[in-house]
Amino acid sequence: MIRLVARDLALAVRAGGGFGLGLAFFLVVTVLVPFGVGPDTARLGAIAPGLLWIAALLACLLSLDRIFALDREDGALDLLATAPLPMEGIALAKAAAHWLTTGLPLSLAAAPLGVLLNLAWPGHLWLAASLLAGTPALSLIGTFGAALTVGLRRGGLLISLLVLPLYIPTLVFGADVARRGAEGLDPTTPLALLAAVTLGCLAGLPFAAAAALRVSLR
Amino acid sequence: MTLRARDLTVGRGGLPVLARLSFTVEAGRALILRGANGTGKTTLLRTLAGLQAPMAGEIAPGRDAVAYAGHADGMKAQLTVAENLAFWAGLHGLRGIDAALDAFALRPLEDRLAQHLSAGQRRRLGLARMLVTGRPVWCLDEPTVSLDAANTARFAAMVEGHLAEGGIAILATHIDLGLAGDTLDMGPWRATALDAGAPA
Repeated sequence: MIRLVARDLALAVRAGGGFGLGLAFFLVVTVLVPFGVGPDTARLGAIAPGLLWIAALLACLLSLDRIFALDREDGALDLLATAPLPMEGIALAKAAAHWLTTGLPLSLAAAPLGVLLNLAWPGHLWLAASLLAGTPALSLIGTFGAALTVGLRRGGLLISLLVLPLYIPTLVFGADVARRGAEGLDPTTPLALLAAVTLGCLAGLPFAAAAALRVSLR
Repeated sequence: MTLRARDLTVGRGGLPVLARLSFTVEAGRALILRGANGTGKTTLLRTLAGLQAPMAGEIAPGRDAVAYAGHADGMKAQLTVAENLAFWAGLHGLRGIDAALDAFALRPLEDRLAQHLSAGQRRRLGLARMLVTGRPVWCLDEPTVSLDAANTARFAAMVEGHLAEGGIAILATHIDLGLAGDTLDMGPWRATALDAGAPA
């Protein structure tokens, strides 16, 4: 499984697109918002937690259709399915690679980018913590959506419709962690719920994604 | 090892393509699948490889013994020849890729990205992957497409070596490779309307 993660990381770095695209999108959205909302720092600070979480969520969405589609196109998915690696392991490895190339960079970049939106200290740290806890769930849900649509043409559009509703609990709790952190309130309760969502996704979605992949290979 | 298929019915899209097919392939033997386009050669190979379940019947041994090479080679354009082979070797719990590099004269290309290979070179790389699977049963779907005469001979030698070690090869090919084995004409096993559940 580690070999598959390492291969996907190497491909993401060499092929481009996957690795920097989400981060660039996140940066562009964060920079553009003050132009649209206006220079009122109090207003920017108030909307920053939710806005940064929505930007991160959409940035994750950008590369979901590539999780399995490229392997299906070049025949690697068939070969992976016949390799001595359970389909659940393949789904988990793909989700891990997606998180390492998308969720982790976003989590690390979020704190500095929070400054652009006047996110109050220590909201930056809680924002980064919430993204670190929540973006794995985004990758796992996205992997499930990608597995469901891997056999479909133009499945990328369908993935968005499938996974965005499933992202809502993660978004609600993640943004609440950052908001509470910025307002000086205790964010541990939404953070625990966010972690619970991620763990729930980790426990169930690799199996669901594996089942969807088996159906698509028939 | 012996590969056995008994009363096998395989299909595409829920419709049977081949029905009540039975065959046995002993260790060291090849089975060449012959038939016109659409007779179900690829469907049978995918079923033997465990990529799809049979609609009826039994196959032994299971998918863990089978390595599959389909129309698409599964090699990553952004990885080198050696990296591609090393990835698949590692996934199958093996380390060495030297035999695979030598079997298809890929050593001069080992540091070249797969995206810079010709179609024939990519095909050689895809077939060399079979040697790093360590699996006793090879299912090969039109393996000689894009190969010139010299590399077709290399491929035949690779399969002969596999058979000599007690392996089994099931091939869908229109070329006579001179392998020790039998030919299975798929025509008589094509599913009829009755097999598809149509009223008599």
